[in-house]
This record gives sequence, C-alpha cells and structure tokens, in this order.
Amino acid sequence: MRNGGVKYTRIAADHFVSGLSYLAAFLVLAPLTAIFGYCIYRGAGSLDIAFFTQIPKPVGESGGGMANAIVGSGMLLAIGSLIGVPLGVGAGIYLAEFGSGKLGNLVRFTADVLNGLPSIVMGISVYALIVIRQKHFSALAGSLTLGIMMVPIITRATEEMLRMVPPSLREAALGIGVPRWRTTLSITLRTAQAGIITGVMLAFARVAGETAPLLFTAFGNAFWNLDPRQPIAALPLQIFTYAISPFDDWHRKAWAGALVLVALIVISVALVRWVAGRGILKGSS
Amino acid sequence: MSLTNPQSQRPAFTLLVPLRKKHSGDAPQSHTGPSSQDLLRHSSTGAWADKLFRGVVTLCAFSIIAIVLLIVAELVSQSRLSIERFGLNFFTGHDWDPVAGIFGATPFIYGTLLSSLIALCIAVPLGIGVAVFITEMCPSPLRGTVSFLVELLAAIPSVIYGLWGIFVLAPLLRTIVEPVLAKYLAWTGFFSGPQYGIGMLAAGVILAIMIIPFISSVTREVMLAVPSSQREAVMALGATRWETIRTGVLRNARAGIFGGIILALGRALGETMAVTMLIGNRPEIARSLFAPGYTMASVIANEFSEATDDLYVSALVEIGLALFLVTVVSNIIAQMLIWNITRGHKARAHA
Repeated sequence: MRNGGVKYTRIAADHFVSGLSYLAAFLVLAPLTAIFGYCIYRGAGSLDIAFFTQIPKPVGESGGGMANAIVGSGMLLAIGSLIGVPLGVGAGIYLAEFGSGKLGNLVRFTADVLNGLPSIVMGISVYALIVIRQKHFSALAGSLTLGIMMVPIITRATEEMLRMVPPSLREAALGIGVPRWRTTLSITLRTAQAGIITGVMLAFARVAGETAPLLFTAFGNAFWNLDPRQPIAALPLQIFTYAISPFDDWHRKAWAGALVLVALIVISVALVRWVAGRGILKGSS
Repeated sequence: MSLTNPQSQRPAFTLLVPLRKKHSGDAPQSHTGPSSQDLLRHSSTGAWADKLFRGVVTLCAFSIIAIVLLIVAELVSQSRLSIERFGLNFFTGHDWDPVAGIFGATPFIYGTLLSSLIALCIAVPLGIGVAVFITEMCPSPLRGTVSFLVELLAAIPSVIYGLWGIFVLAPLLRTIVEPVLAKYLAWTGFFSGPQYGIGMLAAGVILAIMIIPFISSVTREVMLAVPSSQREAVMALGATRWETIRTGVLRNARAGIFGGIILALGRALGETMAVTMLIGNRPEIARSLFAPGYTMASVIANEFSEATDDLYVSALVEIGLALFLVTVVSNIIAQMLIWNITRGHKARAHA
C-alpha cells in the first residue's frame, strides 16, 4: 500500500525492524547450534564402551568412564521422583479441586516462590537440614533436593491440566453417584493423564542437569556406590569436576558426559512436545 | 429382558451399569470395583473416603508451604552467627578474609548485579526481537520449530553452558571480541586491562544466552493476550507492520514484557554453575568488564564445602539468605506484572 500517503521513512523503518528481528532470531539460535555442535563434535569422539562401563581412572591413566556417575544420576532422579511426583500431583489435585479460595492462592504463590528459588540456595538449605544432622553427605539428601525442586513444576502442570478437563465429564460421574474422590482419581485424573506426564517429564528434564544443589548434598564419588546413605556420583557433578580440571583427557570426558546429558534432556523434552501435540493437550504446554 | 420380570422395577439409572445378581448377605462383592449403586448404598463410607482424600491432597499442598517455611527457618538460624557479628556491615564491607574472620559481601553483590545487568543489556533486545520474529515475521511452517528451539535453550543444563563457555566462548572473547572492544571503547574505562577471556563479560554473555528464553516466552505470551481488535484498529489506520506491532501490540503488552524481564533477572541473579565456571572467582571490584569478579551464588558454590569454622559457614549462608530474599521479591514483582496482562485480558488500550 504505497499510495503516496506512506512516507518512505516509515517503509524503511518497517524493513529495518524486520531485518533486526531476523538478526535477533539468528543471534539466539546461533549459540544453541554451537552448543549442540560442540557437544557432538568434541563428545562423540570420546564416547566408547568404557565410558558407559568403567569408573573414572586416576589422573594420568587414560581410559576409564563415567558408569558410576550415570548410575548415580539415575538413582538420584529415581528417588527424587518418588518424593516429588506424588507430592506434586497431590498438591495439583488440591489446587484444581479445592483451591479456589485464599488458601489455594497462598499455595500457588508459595509454589511459584519455590520454583524461582536459586538451586544453590536449595542446596545449602538441605545441607543445613539433613547433612549437618547426619554428619555426612548422602545420595538421599541429593535426591530430596531434586525431589523438592520437581514439586512446584509438577503441581502447576497438574493443576493446569485438571482444569482443562471439561466439567461435563466430572458432572456425569458425580451424577451417577460416584463419590468425589473416585471421580477425581478415575475420571478427571485419568483424562488429564497425558498432560500430567508431560509436566512430570519437564520437571525431570529440568532437574536432570542440576549441579549446584548436589554440590553439598550428593557430593560426588569417584567409586561405585549403590547405598543411598553414602555420597554418590552424578553426571552433572562429574562434568563440572572434569571441566574445571587442567587435564586434556578429563576435558574430553567432560564433553562426552555433556553429550550424554544433553541427549537425555533433548530427547525427553522432544518426547514431551510430541506427546503434547496430540489429544486434549493440543494448544497447551 | 421381559417386562414381567420384577427386576425391571429398579430405578432407571441402574441400566447404566450391569445388573447385579442377587446375592445372599455374605456373598463376596463383585471384583470389578464398586458400581454406582454400591456407592450410593454405602454413602457413609463414601463420605469418609472423600474426607480422607481431601485430607491427603491438602497435606500435599501444605507441604509446599511447610518446605518453604523450613528453608527460610534453616537459612535464618544458620546465618544467625554472622548476622549478630556483622549486622548491616556485612553488606557494606569490602573485605572477604576467611583467615582473619572478616566477612564483607560487597564484592559478591557487585559481581551479581553487574553480571546480571550485562546479561539484561544483551538479552532484552534479543529476547523481545526473537518473540516479535516468532509471532509476527516467521513463516508459519517454521514457527513451531523456532519457538521449540528457543525454549530448548532453557532446558540445557547450566553446567553445559559453563563447559561450552570455558572452551568455546572464552577463547572467542579473548581472541576476537575483547581486542576489538579494547581498541574502540577503551576510553570508557569498561573495556581495558588484560584480556583473559574469562571474567565479568564472559559471565554476562553466558547469562544472557541462558535468560533469553524466559524473556521471549513471556513476551510471546503477553503479545498473544493483546486483543486482536487493537492490532486491527491500528492496521486500519494505515500503519505499516512495524507500527502495528509497536503501537498496537508492544505498547499494550509492555507491563507484561517488563514482568518477563524481571523474571529473567531473578534467574540471572541466582544462576550458579555457568557463572562460577566463567567469572574468574576473584572477590574484587574492578571497573573493567574484562577483569574477573565473583558472585553471591558462586562464592557459595566454591567455598561452602571447604568452609571450616562456624562463622565462615554462617557468612556463606547469610549470602544465601540474601539471594533468597532478592529472588523472591523479583519473582513477586514479575508475577504481578504478568498476571495483570494475561489474566482476564485486562490489556489496556494505549494506541
């Protein structure tokens, strides 16, 4: 529409800003590509069978792997999920079913506070609560930290998904005399299942890479440990230790660990997105 | 089913569930779970179960409040020693000398604020720009992919940003960016001194990359919440695309965008691992952005496990408490600003 009334400066400004927004998109996506590219470029060469089957070798000896850290991370996340998922889903049910009053708002607000809490602060809090009392670092303390960090994400996701279930379904169940608890568990929760699993996976992906809260709780371990009461190795902790070390061999190991961690997280996030694009979740998440 | 069957005298709703065989009183219950009729008959147990259910989920919800209160209580009680010893001087003192037992947090507060400020300066224009790109400019087949990729930035663990920062970003800054900045902008005083690569600038840049997804996703959300009539009205007056976005959309969404920026600031203030790996960890206040610094989160990460005496631990926990309070306040401000825009479509018309 350049019918004389439109000044060229306005058109120029329009083109200029379009160009800037393309530039912004490029500048944001470039580091992402670079990070993935380097993880693959530097990490893939160091990935071998030993990486997944052996524990770290002492400095100077080549070889070794991160098997104990991978298993340790799995254990931390599993115990963390056992703590965080029931608590988060339960709190989400409370907010969706009974949380319309002031108390509900208080819980929502507190969940947001917990969600915004720096992870390092979470780490020292659990250290003060548990590690000081037990007098030693433990996998359990690390799991608890990760579990607590999962709670607010799962709570808000559960509430949101439960609210998306059409009220007519709930009313139909209540109308034939099904008690409220049974309606919630068998009808509402079952319908919103996919969405809640999405929320759980997102929380999982978020805490899977957390390092700071594990520094003073799980602490890390150079050897095998399957006892939850003892310090345990974790993949992000191991990457951190190796990255700030002065040894080339350890740097290569750190990149390999980073590749494994990034692959794990990207796969779970992509899976979530794929699931979320189907069924009742369409348009959300 | 014949109509003469006396069973058909049952109320109509029983047809929704299979008719149950007549049992004697002590016959076992059906294994397929209670039918609606059972549940009606045993309404007293139903009410009991309802109360139990409500009790359990309420407990879950209140455990969140309990956790937060517990965290606050622990932080306060663990830092009492340091609070009593130093009072407000803790936040004005410049010296951090664990050996002499003198703890002043100013260098860390300075480092936290400065690195977050650098991050905001870079991330705000880029975050808003990419949000505008996704909602307005991007060809629609690519839109989903681009927004997914931007959000993926938020999913990358902090330690991997740190790793990438040490081996890729810092050498890049040292060899290319910092010499150029030093050549043309050294007169400002912000870009002078030795160029290590690792330092305040590196920490700011890595933080910027990490907080962009927060700014851009909130911006997108509030842009979508602006009623389309606003946009159409501006367009109908003959505005170009940029003028439409600026006066019809961005101006109405500005409070929400500001909320997104504050939210991102909260993230940047508390970010630990990537910053610890890149900032250089030296408790000094230097004017040059090339110089190493230290932040509140990274001093906790580095020194907490080697802090031996009680006062040292207490001082570190007090830094944690301060960090907690700052992030809570910034989150509250952000939530209020975002809610105003996205809840109930209260976007005011300024056009």
